[in-house]
Amino acid sequence: MSWPSANLLAQSALSGLFVGALYGLIGLGLGLSWGLLRTINLAHFAFVFAGAYLAYQLNASTGMDPLVALAAIVPLFFAAGVGLHALITRFNVSALNTLLVTFGLTAIIEAVIQAIWSADFRRLEWAHGHVKFKLGELFVPLPELVTLLMALAATFALWGVLRGTDLGKAMRAAAQDAPIAAAFGVNQKLLALLLAGTCAALAGVAGVCLSLSFTLAPAQIYAWVGVVFAAVMMGGLGSPVGPLVAGIVIGVSEALTMAITAPSWAPIVSFTLLIVLLLARPGRL
Amino acid sequence: MSLKFLWLRAAAVATLFAAGSLAQAQQAPVRIGSTLALTGPLSATAQIHKLVGEIYVEQLNKRGGLLGRQVEWIVKDDQSKPDVARTLYEQLVTADKVDLLMGPYATGAILSAMGVAQRYDKILIHHTFGIPSLAKYERQFPAWSLGADPGTTVPTTVLGALGAAGKTPKTVAIVTSKFPSIHFMSLGAREVFKKRGVQEVLFLEWEFGNRDFGPIAARVKDAKPDFVWVGAIGLDGNLLLDAMKKIDYSPPLHFHLYPAPGPMVKAPEANGALSVSIFEDHAPYTNNPVALEFTKLFHDRATKANLPETNVEVQAAASYTAWQLLEAAVNGTKSLDDKKMADWLKANKVDTIQGKLRFDGPSNYGDDLMRVKQVQNGKWLIVYPPEVAAPGAKLIAK
Repeated sequence: MSWPSANLLAQSALSGLFVGALYGLIGLGLGLSWGLLRTINLAHFAFVFAGAYLAYQLNASTGMDPLVALAAIVPLFFAAGVGLHALITRFNVSALNTLLVTFGLTAIIEAVIQAIWSADFRRLEWAHGHVKFKLGELFVPLPELVTLLMALAATFALWGVLRGTDLGKAMRAAAQDAPIAAAFGVNQKLLALLLAGTCAALAGVAGVCLSLSFTLAPAQIYAWVGVVFAAVMMGGLGSPVGPLVAGIVIGVSEALTMAITAPSWAPIVSFTLLIVLLLARPGRL
Repeated sequence: MSLKFLWLRAAAVATLFAAGSLAQAQQAPVRIGSTLALTGPLSATAQIHKLVGEIYVEQLNKRGGLLGRQVEWIVKDDQSKPDVARTLYEQLVTADKVDLLMGPYATGAILSAMGVAQRYDKILIHHTFGIPSLAKYERQFPAWSLGADPGTTVPTTVLGALGAAGKTPKTVAIVTSKFPSIHFMSLGAREVFKKRGVQEVLFLEWEFGNRDFGPIAARVKDAKPDFVWVGAIGLDGNLLLDAMKKIDYSPPLHFHLYPAPGPMVKAPEANGALSVSIFEDHAPYTNNPVALEFTKLFHDRATKANLPETNVEVQAAASYTAWQLLEAAVNGTKSLDDKKMADWLKANKVDTIQGKLRFDGPSNYGDDLMRVKQVQNGKWLIVYPPEVAAPGAKLIAK
């Protein structure tokens, strides 16, 4: 086996960085919901695809730029997230049962997507989809760059809010000990609705980014579950920065594995990294 | 004979005749059972098979059905899971008590259905079984005429097409999915290329469902092959070409084994992509009036159903052929007896939209009718061999 060229390694690492950023962006809302709301929201993946299909539809029928479509998708998904959390709270669904309930919801959303857009592949033809920049010998495609920038912006905006504002501190306090936080005047219910809406809105953003680079099919909802869960668990539940860092570590590791060895080894990278991390730090979950 | 007696006889004959007609009209329909991957990862392609089945049964019933009885097609959703397909075929035989079976979509599910058919001695005609060597049941019949040894014959045909165009490659990169019905073909291609003296500069495998094709594209670019054999299924080929485009690379010649036909034909970067086919929506295939009628009907229905590919190609043609075989076997034997139908198919050639099919070879496979097609200006055109090529079409190479 000959050693790959530096350019091949760098281009592959760049490809991993971009796909890792998407893992992180999808994982961001999932991890916050799991860590701070105690809702293991499998429907997050269905929301991501619903967002992607909406962006596709708006582009196909009205020619709307998917980035402009965010202006409609974000508030719509925020409302959907609030509604879902209100229902979960209303029926007092336990953390474990949210997994089952949201799995059912995922199946329903998948069926609705299939009913509307059929099981066939759909591709959003973004006007700037073929733009790429040259960085020395490396190529940087615009859709992937947009995803990376979106992931960085969302991650650090949330990090800033959770770390540096009273609102964020109240959210973290409510997640840690809701009764005590309430005793200090924190409106836990309202904050939970706000956070659930934000997580769903993030799913919408991730969906738009997904639609920029990937062809869509309803059944692909499940293809992202394993690797994104690994990124969330490695990054730490409730952490805004962790999923992005873990996603990029996984993405780059997978890409370098593909560049150096057989690409068929890549899928085991994420779970190997997760197992190693859990062995090294068993109290991470 | 008195007039009264004559009247009575006439009335009796008329009553008997009317009763006979009524009985025939009220005869239970012939029930044909199958599953299709209506949901799950294979559902995009299975929608084509569903549409074709509906079209065929409708046509069949218009011309009187089978043995004078209307035909009812019972299709269940196997969710793209072979284990579910097995259960549902059991159900079709034991609970639904269907008269005949039709195969499901995709190799895994067909293998499951084959096991059930064998257990109950049912004939199983199937449209998309990709690994002929695994078809051991004597009453299974393939409608997809890919020959008994496609791992050798398909790459040989592809090399024949390249040679005829004066583009025999000196080097090849073989990159392939590990999906079972793809992988053995790519391994076969390795052997064929090696025997023909084509140097292999890269061999890569990926797991089914791979998301990031960037590193694979970069490795192909680095290897600088004359020809890329892509063991692709579904969107793999599109994703790889997309990743190549992002690093400003376009392979000189590239072949994709089983691409999703709609997305590939529409992708600008796929212009010139080669693949294999048993039927395309152009002459000489459409010189057959049955094929012509079918292609028109399919186009209309697929447009209404909002399918991205509205032309008849491999999947739709294989599906239609399977129904043609079933009808021919019933009409040939004038019965629904599974053994008689199987014996008849083994002893006779059947006229289909692909051409005449025979089933007297290994594993009931007959001639290899796989042809080489190419995306040219947004259309799939058969380019090799010349006798079935689209009028005026030739393999285009850079």
